[in-house]
Amino acid sequence: MSETSVTWQGATKLVNMRKALTFGAWFVAEYRLRNMSKWLGAIFAFGLGNPILFLLSVGIGIGSLVDKGSGGHPMDGVGYLVFLAPALLATAAIQGAMDETTFPTMQGFVWDKSFFSMNSTQLTGGAIVRGIMIAAAIRCVFTVFMYEIVLLAFGAVTWASIPALSWSSTIAGISFAAAMLAATSFVKQDDGFFAIVGRFIIAPMFMFSGTYYPLEILPTPLQAIGWISPVWHSTNLGRHLSYGHPVADWLVVVHYAYFLVLFVVAMYVATRQFEKRLAA
Amino acid sequence: MTQDMIVAKNLTKKYEDFIAVDGINFTVKRGEAFGLLGPNGAGKSTTMRMIASTSQRTDGELQILGKDPNTSGPEIRAHLGVVPQQDNLDFELKVWENLYIYGRYFGLARKFVKTKIEELLAFAQLEDKRNVKTDALSGGMKRRLTIARALVNEPEILMLDEPTTGLDPQARHVLWDRLFRLKEQGVTLVITTHYMDEAEQLCDRLIVMDKGKIMAEGAPAQLIKDYSSREVLEVRFGSSRNAEAAEKLAAVGDRIEVLPDRILIYSEDGDAVLKQIHELGLEPVTSLVRRSSLEDVFLRLTGRTLVD
Repeated sequence: MSETSVTWQGATKLVNMRKALTFGAWFVAEYRLRNMSKWLGAIFAFGLGNPILFLLSVGIGIGSLVDKGSGGHPMDGVGYLVFLAPALLATAAIQGAMDETTFPTMQGFVWDKSFFSMNSTQLTGGAIVRGIMIAAAIRCVFTVFMYEIVLLAFGAVTWASIPALSWSSTIAGISFAAAMLAATSFVKQDDGFFAIVGRFIIAPMFMFSGTYYPLEILPTPLQAIGWISPVWHSTNLGRHLSYGHPVADWLVVVHYAYFLVLFVVAMYVATRQFEKRLAA
Repeated sequence: MTQDMIVAKNLTKKYEDFIAVDGINFTVKRGEAFGLLGPNGAGKSTTMRMIASTSQRTDGELQILGKDPNTSGPEIRAHLGVVPQQDNLDFELKVWENLYIYGRYFGLARKFVKTKIEELLAFAQLEDKRNVKTDALSGGMKRRLTIARALVNEPEILMLDEPTTGLDPQARHVLWDRLFRLKEQGVTLVITTHYMDEAEQLCDRLIVMDKGKIMAEGAPAQLIKDYSSREVLEVRFGSSRNAEAAEKLAAVGDRIEVLPDRILIYSEDGDAVLKQIHELGLEPVTSLVRRSSLEDVFLRLTGRTLVD
């Protein structure tokens, strides 16, 4: 073999298979973070702008009304903003995380077909799924953190409650993002998929999940929407962990089980569908 | 190390009722530039995706670099360079970043990839576009970037699916020059194309495909020799008179093909045939004597032209 050919055909040693297969998901995540960095301005603007506007209007406006109207017995024994905070964080976590699974999946399969270019390396569908999820989890933690900064500034939460609230919201964000990743992996064309998800899944999930008032106030059939909603599971858990809102032990278990099952099933379905779609 | 880079036996791919690739056999040797020539829908891209170890075969045997892609997909793909028909670059990223992330997909060290990028930018003649957003590149530049990207892992086989489709003639020639250099360096190339000139320029050996089957196999010059005459005379009488003239021309030359817009007469000496036509009292509107090409081979084999 001539010397020039060695330059181009030394691949046997160039790619370290063990490393490449073990860390595949991290290479995908590294790419996603680089792609995300192109939108950093928007991520910051929405991450901080959303909570500021929301807290100014609903939090303080409605909050003062509720706190006054309660005649010294505020919602759940705490101020309205404290009551509201876990729900707001859950929603922000879900929105932030699913933005990083739905759009990239459409991009990867339909818009620029980047998943196919990833898959032409040793990366497998499973590695791509995990990589997207790692990046989404990082975005989720980041979004929650920004929201918490604003909540702290508004006095809606205390430093002591931050770990509990970060936990309850992040697990919701990650499991629901996984579910959306699985759902999006079946979408062939973007004809209204995102609009449908926004209007018929995200909006009702936010409205009927005990966000603004305890879920128990609603008639039972409407409460059922809350029971299947990650926002309610996260909010209830968050209220329990952050300020001691009473939740039965079995229900705490249900909350955790809900997220675990959602995540595991979603990852399984997504991985299967990714592998199938990439191999077509 | 094995000298057979790709071995396909009875390779088949079915999509429900449709047979995209219908039991084909071929072998690609190390350092060879191997072509798959055929019209759109011939099964070239499907064959490429099976070689690329992403699409699973329905039947038959396939060995790439001595391994079975059904069981060793990732191991094989780590040593391939794939240039798909459609440039699937990340258009939001800068030119150098596209090379960088691709190198990272293979798990190559950051420092190594950074050095490699310089080499690849020079190869693709994109050094001054390094920091440009990929979206802003011309079609030819995007294509060269996709090819450069496919070389980041120093692949054993470089696969190019329709490398110059949609490019203007100048961009095509720049690209051919780059590919020719790779070939000189001993890189094994697998190229699909529906351009006969591209196949003639780049391929040492090729298979002519139609409807999922191999119609012929060999070196371009050999195929022309086997399936066509040395020269071709193209005459036009105007679309309304072509058929009528063809009847009178039946006895001229070795073989005749009547196309909607022209008549092709195959012969060892095109000028002599043209003289005969004039002697028959026929006056074609235009006439052209040229060397036989792969286009003629394809026409002979399938009765159809390559680019419809």
